[in-house]
Amino acid sequence: MLSLPSAGSGMNKICPSIEDALAGIEDGMSVMIGGFGGAGAPIELIHALVDRYKATGSPGRLTVINNNAGNGAVGIAAMIYAGMVAKMVCSFPRSSDPKAFTDAYLAGKIELELVPQGTLAERIRAGGAGIPAFYTPTSFGTEVAEGKPVAEFDGRSYVQERWLKADVAIIKAELADAKGNLTFRKAARNFSPLMAMAAATTIVQASRVVEPGGIDPEHVVTPGIFVDRVVEVPNPAQEEALLREGAK
Amino acid sequence: MVAKLTNAQIAWRAAQDLPDGAYVNLGIGFPEMIATFKPKGRTVTYHTENGILDFGEAPPAGEEDWDLINAGKKAVTLNPGAAFFHHADSFAMVRGGHLDVAVLGAYEVAQTGDLANWSTGPGSVPAVGGAMDLVHGAKQVWVVTDHVTKKGEPKLLEKCRLPLTGVGCVTTVYTSLAVIDIVDRRFVVREKLPSMSLEDLQAVTGARLAVGAAVGDLIVPEL
Repeated sequence: MLSLPSAGSGMNKICPSIEDALAGIEDGMSVMIGGFGGAGAPIELIHALVDRYKATGSPGRLTVINNNAGNGAVGIAAMIYAGMVAKMVCSFPRSSDPKAFTDAYLAGKIELELVPQGTLAERIRAGGAGIPAFYTPTSFGTEVAEGKPVAEFDGRSYVQERWLKADVAIIKAELADAKGNLTFRKAARNFSPLMAMAAATTIVQASRVVEPGGIDPEHVVTPGIFVDRVVEVPNPAQEEALLREGAK
Repeated sequence: MVAKLTNAQIAWRAAQDLPDGAYVNLGIGFPEMIATFKPKGRTVTYHTENGILDFGEAPPAGEEDWDLINAGKKAVTLNPGAAFFHHADSFAMVRGGHLDVAVLGAYEVAQTGDLANWSTGPGSVPAVGGAMDLVHGAKQVWVVTDHVTKKGEPKLLEKCRLPLTGVGCVTTVYTSLAVIDIVDRRFVVREKLPSMSLEDLQAVTGARLAVGAAVGDLIVPEL
């Protein structure tokens, strides 16, 4: 796993541009992308990667980890249409317009690792918490559990699941400071705090960057130790709103 | 064939059993309709997988905030006292036994409480979402469903044929014809439509029906 350098010197994690924030993402990397449907999707970071891929042919062959597998033609769907995703790890590759993923999957152009949603969350949490495996009741007796170790605890059967880590996480936050402390907006939080913990390098687009102390320590959701780079993206696009406006 | 309940009527019947003070997760689609019919005077706190406790009704059109959605990606509002949390905490609520009721739809339910509701087998894009988690941990797991498939075949079976969502997890099935509890790996009829006999109900059920102390009449309003 490659750890990318931090942004500035010392404790300044603020990057001057999206391009700087995304530097070093290479072919074949695993990328956790925050968001549940459109809520929390870091649209500007995703599309900067798509633009770079279209211009340079890199980064391709990515493994993308997200709850879903894209909707319409923006966000992760745009990555799939561009041809830069080799594998999706997700719980629910359906959406109101799942054509990008469905066509690629049925054509055998993209691999799918289907993970129950709570198991996906806990695998990412475990990856960030240094727990290599855990037991869960979820999926016991189903085809999703095939090949996985099973054990009985206090008379009930559980399935062993392994941690999930990534080279990079790209997430969207509401507030951030130079130390990387984050807050999130409403239900746009979802997987992002977990992904920030589980990736070797965590890259954040924040709607507003504040001075250290500008976020009350009582209100910090993701402490800065889990964050490597922050770039300010004021008034960020919202994926669902884009789709409803008919974005192509 | 006797008349059967509409989905709204099935949802209404299930809603009558929501305990006062319960924490409840309603599955995407049909189960969500249950919230509409919650009896007045009962307080129910709804949980959604994507990190909200105590969300309320949909906002008026044009006032949606797309960062404030439920697991079905529909816009919701917040009730006073609502809370946000990340996905690992959300599923700790699910698997940790903190939810009182989870309600799901079904392709098939077995008399053992096995549920199949996520995959119709090879040839489609598989998608499981949170269903495999939700069936474990909630104190009660309810299913709302038509009693038979669109082709008229039983959905309540001795053993599921489709890929399982969970083993031995369903506690009650609210169907278009009956309310059936799963007790000691048997279907026990609690209520049935008064217009049909137990033999009629048995004829459209793929496993033996047992009868508890008494079978009540399944009576619902016109909706």
